[in-house]
Amino acid sequence: MRHLKIEKGNDGIATLIMDNADESVNLVSEQFVTEFEAATAELTADESVKGVILTSAKKAFMAGADLKLMVEGYEKLTLDDAYAFSQRATNMHRAIEKSGKPWVAAINGLALGGGFELALACHRRILADDPKALVGLPEVNVGLLPGSGGTQRMIRIAGLKTSMDLLLSGRSVGPAEALKLKIVDEVVPAADLIARAKAWLATSPDATKPWDVKGYRFAESRGFIVPEISAAFMMAAGGIAGKAGYNMPAPLAILETIYEGSIINNFDKALSYESKQFATLLTSPVSRNIIRTTFLSKQAAERGARRPEGVPKSEVKKVGVLGAGMMGAGIAYVSANAGIEVVLIDRDVPTAQKGKDYSSKVFAKLIEKGRSTQDAADAVLARITATDDFSKLDGCDLIVEAVFEDIGIKAETTKKAEAVIPASAIYASNTSTLPISELAKASSRPDQFIGIHFFSPVDRMGLVEVIMGKQTAKATLAKALDYIAQLRKTPIVVNDSRGFYTSRVFQTLIHEGGAMLDEGVPPAVIENAAKAVGMPVGPLALLDELSFDLPLKIVDQAIEQEGDKYAVPAGVSALRKMKAIGRGGRKTGGGFYEYPEGGKKHLWAGLAENFPVKAGYDIEELKQRFLYTQAMETARCIEEGVLETSQDGDLGAVYGWGFPAWTGGTLSYIDTVGIKKFVAESDRLAQKLGARFLPSAWLRAKAEKGEGFY
Amino acid sequence: MEAYIYDHVRTPRGKGRPDGALHEVPSVELVTQLLQAIRDRSNLDTALLDDVIIGTAQPVGEQGGVLARSAVLNAGYSQTVGGQQVHRFCASALDAVNLIAAQVAAGMVDAGIGGGVESMSRTIMGYDSGAWTSDPSVAYHNHYAPQGIGADMIATLDGFSRYDVDHYAQESQKRAGISWAEGRFKNAVVPIKDVLGNVLLDHDEHMRPQTTVESLASLKPAFEGFGKAGFEAVAKDKYPEIEEINYVHHGGNSSGIVDGAGIVMIGSKEFGVKAGLKPRARIRSYASIGSEPTIMLTAPAEVGHKALKAAGMSVKDIDLFELNEAFASVVLRFMKLMDVPHDKMNVCGGAIAMGHPLGASGAMIMGTVLDELERRDLSTGFISLCAANGLGTATIIERV
Repeated sequence: MRHLKIEKGNDGIATLIMDNADESVNLVSEQFVTEFEAATAELTADESVKGVILTSAKKAFMAGADLKLMVEGYEKLTLDDAYAFSQRATNMHRAIEKSGKPWVAAINGLALGGGFELALACHRRILADDPKALVGLPEVNVGLLPGSGGTQRMIRIAGLKTSMDLLLSGRSVGPAEALKLKIVDEVVPAADLIARAKAWLATSPDATKPWDVKGYRFAESRGFIVPEISAAFMMAAGGIAGKAGYNMPAPLAILETIYEGSIINNFDKALSYESKQFATLLTSPVSRNIIRTTFLSKQAAERGARRPEGVPKSEVKKVGVLGAGMMGAGIAYVSANAGIEVVLIDRDVPTAQKGKDYSSKVFAKLIEKGRSTQDAADAVLARITATDDFSKLDGCDLIVEAVFEDIGIKAETTKKAEAVIPASAIYASNTSTLPISELAKASSRPDQFIGIHFFSPVDRMGLVEVIMGKQTAKATLAKALDYIAQLRKTPIVVNDSRGFYTSRVFQTLIHEGGAMLDEGVPPAVIENAAKAVGMPVGPLALLDELSFDLPLKIVDQAIEQEGDKYAVPAGVSALRKMKAIGRGGRKTGGGFYEYPEGGKKHLWAGLAENFPVKAGYDIEELKQRFLYTQAMETARCIEEGVLETSQDGDLGAVYGWGFPAWTGGTLSYIDTVGIKKFVAESDRLAQKLGARFLPSAWLRAKAEKGEGFY
Repeated sequence: MEAYIYDHVRTPRGKGRPDGALHEVPSVELVTQLLQAIRDRSNLDTALLDDVIIGTAQPVGEQGGVLARSAVLNAGYSQTVGGQQVHRFCASALDAVNLIAAQVAAGMVDAGIGGGVESMSRTIMGYDSGAWTSDPSVAYHNHYAPQGIGADMIATLDGFSRYDVDHYAQESQKRAGISWAEGRFKNAVVPIKDVLGNVLLDHDEHMRPQTTVESLASLKPAFEGFGKAGFEAVAKDKYPEIEEINYVHHGGNSSGIVDGAGIVMIGSKEFGVKAGLKPRARIRSYASIGSEPTIMLTAPAEVGHKALKAAGMSVKDIDLFELNEAFASVVLRFMKLMDVPHDKMNVCGGAIAMGHPLGASGAMIMGTVLDELERRDLSTGFISLCAANGLGTATIIERV
């Protein structure tokens, strides 16, 4: 056995120790299951063993299932295969429960998902009194349900209400709450864990679970005859629609499994039902998409998937942030917070100081919420020097420039900084619109010039878009990625192009909204259609927040530079019309929305007159258009080489501008639809709505070969 | 064969709360006293009746187990009289009447009694829920939202303001007050007695005839909490044209929670001859329909068209309308879509004022419109109720 160890004591107590041989955490993998089955069989058969303690040699008890295994379901397993897969794990847990010997889980640390499911299968759970020892069943977050009997044991131990709360939110709880909710039996100091487990085993406890006693009835098994129970399920079903919408199958499957589990009064049948629901989720594209992008690809990116090989690891000790506006202030904060010394420069000291004050404000809020301390704040603030003196940039490893989006101003700033900084330092621009290769022309060392595009607000947005200029060296990329790793953010790497990747594709979303308005789709329908596919905010509301100047400026620049070659987005005329009326967005006093003082914003009544509603719209097609226009533009980015990997595309979509996670990102969405169908549907939309939906020859060829993006 | 209405009675409506006058009376007893009253005032040989069908919107607990049969025996009717329970939510009693009428029209039975009962103070709402509201998969995929959300969705989509619905409510109260003052319900209402034989209630207890738009203004919208708990998302997914739900309904412009029962005696011409009774009206047509289940309150217009078509009539041929006042917006929408003037609609006041004992209301409002047609010497009446999950039933009667 590689991941498990059995220690048998003279007292008849065996300790089964989980100790993953390959990773720093214990995970449920194929091999783990095989070994666990063997271990349980051995412990059950060995007459000298009177009781078993299950614990872990790692810091955590067990983190959960190996997610690499869970992305293998969709398109690879049939429903019956997936059911069998789930039942095998279920039986492994059932074997503990039915072994006839008392098992006690000595939970020495974090026990989530599969880890807590193992603990639930034991006859007693003793948890270490350690704030890091969280327990819970967070499977909803990866588009799955807690299998291996997790849902069924939970409802029978904690009741329906607690189970609905924990399983639908995926929330994990600390020792005190776990004890209160009765999902653990004891909380003891970590050092006493094994002794307490042994003491309990010494009492010759009954090794029969309540549901294996003849005549057992689930406490809340009367179902809807009890008004409070029927009301709870009614509200929970509505709550799912409110929180998750209609694109995520997992919350509903969990709730349905809780409900069925409360009625099915035969434990093995209930476990089988759970496996059936699990199988539907495991074979659905949604869990695959969520796990692949938001766990596997994200972790890989953070661990340096795009970092060039052969470049020694670097560390930024001192960063110069040029421009103390909103972005500069945020960049200074996250850098200082990561232990980096920051020189924050603006045209005069008061302006620079204002940027530094942003960090104080963030800390004030954190301290108020009890999530930080004044000492921590003081230490971070002490690392930020607010100044107008470029000479203080001496010794910087990295410059992040975040001055006004003007090529002239940026060029001048570059020259001033490069006059001071060491030859080894790299220079990054945080521009979101200007070509990096253009900006690099002002640099005396364009190979050390790169784009590092943060998102706003910098302290809350985890994604960073790294842009390679024509001459950017691999070593420069490696250093930029090392810096982003220091900030614990998620990098994607793209090549230089108008709008890079994220801004470019994001624009297709907002322009599609404008186009719909022009076509006579009711504005509320436009907003609701976007939200129905899972976009956090509708395109009209987004445009209002951006203010129309920004997208119009980008369009006008493109017209100026490319002339007739540039296809003006269909939504632009709506924006121009609104601007002409004097409604250019929220900052100008209102745009598509009205912002009554002290009241809730609402769509501007004048839209009806300016964009007369035409009868009839196909809501499904509107939803499809939002997803397709963004997916198509992402595919073009791959074709043009702006994107080099599908993972970058998907991570950028989900974390850059909130493309819905259930799709896995814009490219995973194409794969989910199926590339052949995607091309055929795009052709249909192109014929109806214009060339923005027209697939390229490259995409057609890919579709013909049936070649997806993964 | 024609089906005729021979008589009808109803209980007064008691407040559907523990302090309501009828709270101590079991549902079966409410029906029992009505069955006895309708028999005694016509000196009826109950052996002439074939069946009693009683509708209930919550046929569980004391309202379950084919309450109709228990009431038949309890009332001392001939044991040959059958009993049956129907459930179509709020339309139950009207469906019970229609089922008797259908059997009479088919020539399979001579006569029977249809009606309904609901003691909302004893079998409180939620005792019978079912898959449609609470089985997560069914409710989610069917876009279930609580009924009040549907009422506010109608107000939002049809543009009825808080004033519109409150003004409608004020009128319902005013008309109910006048009707009681003039004794319009005298022939229909059977005072309900306690176990000592003393009258517990002889009038509708829920009314507040002095209600005004101004006095209603202080009431907070009742259903916003449901909306914020997730059902707004349900509503918008189904009706993406809704930017925000306009929450206008509250206890004062929604039907009142009450206890009560109502029954209608239906029979063939021959039955009248045998029983020595004169028919008062004939059933011209009836219809039931399913409509959009999320709003679930828009069936009346659709089912109205269906019933009118079956009768070969148009809206103009109807003298008086009774549409159950589930919520003010339900009636406002019907009047708007069907082009029915308010002075032909619910002329004696409705459930907003007097209350809506769910499964019993259909029989009560049928009785109300018949009495009023007689009082005004008019001919045709239309009765309809919206029912949960998008159901709806309508009946057209004509005096003979």
